[in-house]
Amino acid sequence: MNYELMVIFTPVLSEEDYKVAQKKFADIIKDNGGEVTHENPWGLRSLAYPIQKKTTGMYLVLEYTAPSDLNEKLKIQLNRDENVLRHMVTALDKYAVIYNNRKRHGANTDSKTVEA
Amino acid sequence: MAVKQEIKYLTAVKTEKRQKKYCRFKKMGIRYVDYKDGEFLKKFLNDQGKMLPRRITGNSLKFQRKVAQAIKKARQLALLPYVTDLLK
Repeated sequence: MNYELMVIFTPVLSEEDYKVAQKKFADIIKDNGGEVTHENPWGLRSLAYPIQKKTTGMYLVLEYTAPSDLNEKLKIQLNRDENVLRHMVTALDKYAVIYNNRKRHGANTDSKTVEA
Repeated sequence: MAVKQEIKYLTAVKTEKRQKKYCRFKKMGIRYVDYKDGEFLKKFLNDQGKMLPRRITGNSLKFQRKVAQAIKKARQLALLPYVTDLLK
């Protein structure tokens, strides 16, 4: 099953802390039997509304395939990590996966025509 | 008594043809509504950030629900505001 994890970190994080945090979650997925298909850090972005009194956040999108029990472990880590403001794991159906690869390979983002 | 269709009006009765609404997802073959794409989702919000009803967006039921789910996810991840003014 492929999933997509989206995490918002506190903006106070420096560049390499951000990298370390990214690697940390990627490693959790790897050593629990999942494998990361794509890692897409958005970096600093302003939030639509303040979360925990902060108006900007460091976004990270991780797309991965994993056995179904991995998300539980992931959630524990995410809740324990204090510089994670908010996280969301979404399951991707086959159209979502097609959409994501098309978007990565420069096809038009609105996936006007879907060949598959 | 003048028969109904013989009545002539001074000015022609203006019945402008309302453009037939269509579901943009079906027409363009979009199968997945991405919750990360804030710009695209903004088309389905009014300027207070509230979701537009189906009769205005013209979406089919299936895709209106997908759009609604995507908007709620985007709001949760602070990509879209819950309520604002002059969103556009």
